[in-house]
Amino acid sequence: MNNSTIRLKTREKANRQKWILITLGFLFFAVILLAPLFTVFYYAFAQGFALFMQAIGNEEALAAIWLTVKVALIVLPINMFIGVVMAWTIAYFNFKGKAFLTALLDLPFSISPVVVGLMFLLLFGLDGLAGKWFIEHGFRIVFAMPSIVIVTLFVTFPLIVKSLIPTMTAQGNSEEQAALILGANTWTLFFTVTLPKIKWALIYGVILSNARAMGEFGAVSVVSGHIRGLTNTIPLYVEISYNEYQFIAAFACASLLAALALLTLGCQTLLGRLQRRKVEKSLHSRTA
Amino acid sequence: MRTVLPFFKRGMTITLLWLFSMILLPLGLLIATALQLGGTDIWAIVSSERVVASILLSFKMAFFATVVNLVFGFLLAWILVRYDFWGKKLMNALIDLPFALPTAVAGIALASLYAPTGLFGGWLAKIGVQIAYTPFGIAVALIFVSLPFVVRAIQPVLESLDPAYEEAADILGANKRITLTRVIIPALAPAIISGAGMGFARSLGEYGSVIFIAGNVPLVSEIAPLIIMSKLDLYDVRGASVVALLMIGISFLLIFLINAAQWQIGKKMMQVK
Repeated sequence: MNNSTIRLKTREKANRQKWILITLGFLFFAVILLAPLFTVFYYAFAQGFALFMQAIGNEEALAAIWLTVKVALIVLPINMFIGVVMAWTIAYFNFKGKAFLTALLDLPFSISPVVVGLMFLLLFGLDGLAGKWFIEHGFRIVFAMPSIVIVTLFVTFPLIVKSLIPTMTAQGNSEEQAALILGANTWTLFFTVTLPKIKWALIYGVILSNARAMGEFGAVSVVSGHIRGLTNTIPLYVEISYNEYQFIAAFACASLLAALALLTLGCQTLLGRLQRRKVEKSLHSRTA
Repeated sequence: MRTVLPFFKRGMTITLLWLFSMILLPLGLLIATALQLGGTDIWAIVSSERVVASILLSFKMAFFATVVNLVFGFLLAWILVRYDFWGKKLMNALIDLPFALPTAVAGIALASLYAPTGLFGGWLAKIGVQIAYTPFGIAVALIFVSLPFVVRAIQPVLESLDPAYEEAADILGANKRITLTRVIIPALAPAIISGAGMGFARSLGEYGSVIFIAGNVPLVSEIAPLIIMSKLDLYDVRGASVVALLMIGISFLLIFLINAAQWQIGKKMMQVK
């Protein structure tokens, strides 16, 4: 056997190994991730499109969809505001305790959703610290929309901050300082210098927190009280319908959330590609 | 560094107020509520058969899921980084599905899929295996939930790992197994520990994707968040707080251990350099 046939054989072997690994990976991927995804759409449309539309158009389902959209519409602007303020403070300034603040941002992800719901039940419940005051002044927080908004804020606010901080730290604040010295006021500074810089990271964070906001289950389940047509969000409606063996209703609404998840992943990929192209462009213009 | 930028004081005030009222106040209240019970009562709840069984169950199933995900997560990261094939971009985007898909949706999908009437459940029933409504159902749900943690932790490190190291090992006479255990895995160790650790921590508190498939039989297939739920149904707020505090304590301990392990490994790497 001469050298070239040995080399050919090792290459063949490497090639075979490659395809075995790819096939194994695909199998696992299909069983663990693709199968559940297809199951959602399969059961949603198993009895035909008409029944699917009927399940979505049902009064309770529509109320759940509307409530979910309302909660997201309230949560997202608050998240954007808090996210930009926090990222501005943490990324653009140096201060003591910065690492501690950044670590606190990871906390909402590491606490079980049920525990999150319990914490806010304690705060705003009938005997809660803030709950008493609100009830005396005629506000309903727990078992009503405000509590759903608050727990959703808790589980989603770090997403925007955490997508902004790396971009803002990497790009630095020298452009803002230059604009300031040239006489820009705070608002012009933000809207003409900072916002264009962080645009993509902000959109990325908003899309991610929208998906989480519309899909949050455990925490909302504790504080919402499951009142039909009033405090049921889409995930809660999915749970109730499933437990009552109304599978078409459950999977039809679940398929809306699954479609939202796919849309979110699509946007994520697209934004990632846009950002990479931007970075490459700026590198290119710098070297040219 | 001195900076002339405005809005630091106001930004800091808003940040601190928000973090205080959203995180520290509710957390403090949880601790205060749990401590309203005396030491003996707290111990009675923490050491009760149901709570201990649920925590042990979560640990066992999360451990099993983590081991499965370490093997297959590494495999997925490897083929995504090193090979080109049809459908690679789609696969790469869909790895994050468990992050984006609401847990309740994942829960009912997995339960229907693995139920004896479902597609996988039907096949498995033929060989006499039942997954749904048994503790193994929990493991299946946790594999789904924590897979992206492992893949997304390993992927970037593998991308920056130059294949030249493997070639060097190969030329110096190392076989595939030695290259894997002595060259590739040590370089990936910090990423593997943080990815698997975060996935494990997330698994312990997971609720939505687990409850539909678990069966929820006390002492057999009941997870800790469900105990909190059933205590709340009985208006036992203090008891629920004790269990919640126990769960938070465990997950903080885990995060601390992950950071300590990473720090240790980092120190070792510095010495080598």
